[in-house]
Amino acid sequence: MKVKVGVKILPRDVILDTQGRAVEQSLSLKGLSAEQVRVGRYVELEISGSRDQALKQAEEIAKYVLYNPLIEKFELQVIE
Amino acid sequence: MIGVIRFPGTNCDQDVFNWIEYKNHKAQFIWHLDQFDIHQFKALVLPGGFSYGDYLRSGALAARSPVMNSVKEFAQSGKPVLGICNGFQILCEAGLLPGALVQNENRRFIDDWTPLKLENKSWWSSDLKVDSKINIPIAHGDGRYYISSEELQKITDNQQIWLRYEKNPNGSVADIAGVMNEQKNVAGLMPHPERALFDWMGSKDGWGFL
Repeated sequence: MKVKVGVKILPRDVILDTQGRAVEQSLSLKGLSAEQVRVGRYVELEISGSRDQALKQAEEIAKYVLYNPLIEKFELQVIE
Repeated sequence: MIGVIRFPGTNCDQDVFNWIEYKNHKAQFIWHLDQFDIHQFKALVLPGGFSYGDYLRSGALAARSPVMNSVKEFAQSGKPVLGICNGFQILCEAGLLPGALVQNENRRFIDDWTPLKLENKSWWSSDLKVDSKINIPIAHGDGRYYISSEELQKITDNQQIWLRYEKNPNGSVADIAGVMNEQKNVAGLMPHPERALFDWMGSKDGWGFL
């Protein structure tokens, strides 16, 4: 069985998000507004095994390289 | 012999190699897929560039390449390791230096001369006096040093802050341009000393760094 796991990575709240800031400025030029924009990264992993095994493996991968705990936070979600 | 680590995308390797030879040391390149005997070298430099294309985060993939096993062993043995620019980012990502480097506050790649102040001594700046003013260039997009306030207190108390910008170009916490590890044998800085060795380069202040 193959399980697709999504890894959502966002800058931690204490970090000034330069990309989010740029998007906010672009929105305001169009007259659109959002209180705050934060830009992150989304990674899709396809893993063989059960749902639990896939989640465990995805967590290990995320902690190994996908996110840096000093500046980012991450969430996992099983897609299918 | 001083080792110069090369990753795919490293681009300051030859400048660093020449700098080491100008200072009458022998230099040798080390490829990122190789591991080495730590007794072969007296010091290591991780030069600047865009290792692994800066994919994922600057320095993240390079920090997990095979050569870093030897670099870590080398660092743990107490011998001197220096990371310049992307090399600094790699050492932070590898956990050999505190903190992280994120995109410049103004979102621009900055290539400019930067006055610095030497805050604490290091093996890599033994010819320079504490509090001396140094003028060497920076060239980076991800040079904003971030560290939590608790960790900042710790590295300040332990005299791990190596260099500070006189005029903060990128939004770095506490104007930090370079730091050292707790044992002071591993050091990293965003500016490029190898680009300021002779007057004709615009400044020779980088000469004192090796």
